[in-house]
Amino acid sequence: MATKNFMFVNRKAPYGTVYALESLEVVLIGAAFEQNVSLAFIGDGVYQIAKNQKTDGIGMKNFSPTYKALGDYEVTKLYVEKESLEARGLTLDDLMDLTWEDEDEDYAEKPSIILVSSAELAAVMDEQEVVLSF
Amino acid sequence: MSTLHTVNKSPFERDSLAACIRLASKGHAILLIEDGVFGAMAGTDHSDMVKAAIENASIYVLGPDLAARGMSEDRVIDGIQVVDYSGFVDLTKQHSTCQSWL
Repeated sequence: MATKNFMFVNRKAPYGTVYALESLEVVLIGAAFEQNVSLAFIGDGVYQIAKNQKTDGIGMKNFSPTYKALGDYEVTKLYVEKESLEARGLTLDDLMDLTWEDEDEDYAEKPSIILVSSAELAAVMDEQEVVLSF
Repeated sequence: MSTLHTVNKSPFERDSLAACIRLASKGHAILLIEDGVFGAMAGTDHSDMVKAAIENASIYVLGPDLAARGMSEDRVIDGIQVVDYSGFVDLTKQHSTCQSWL
């Protein structure tokens, strides 16, 4: 099967709607088919990968740890739009530590999150063959 | 007549919080729940609007919804009170009507 560049664009906060969880499930399916998968977090989507999510009080499953497993599925490029973070008073420090292990470099841990400007993200999106928006 | 307003949408996604703030009368209470809790955070593009609203209405935010989203109570705008579910119930008892800004 041909390999294509797939990008999942996440624009919604987690828990208030089901979009974030649905996106994550489709991402894992895409990765299983050995496609070149990347994720973009823009707008309220940046809240999906916020640190310290604790859902005991709302009776919903905390699915944020799943983002940490993405590296094992060779999903290693998580683009975060700088402008979206700034509008929300957030910095990279407010996001989870998401890493992947580079098997070509003795399994060195590398950051998965790539902070990009809108212009930089536009260029990355322009390289995609399939863009799915959630 | 005093009203409890609830807002459950992110201020970045919908204008429900802005509309609620614009139309709530003096002395009303506004409770931010679900994705509405992002409106309670300091340092965002909407913080100034919300800070100004505290002069007019009492603003509350639901703690469990903040925690679920990883938002620290320490970074909630000064003057906004964090409540739990029993606080939510108390607010509904204290007000004669409730308006949900869906």
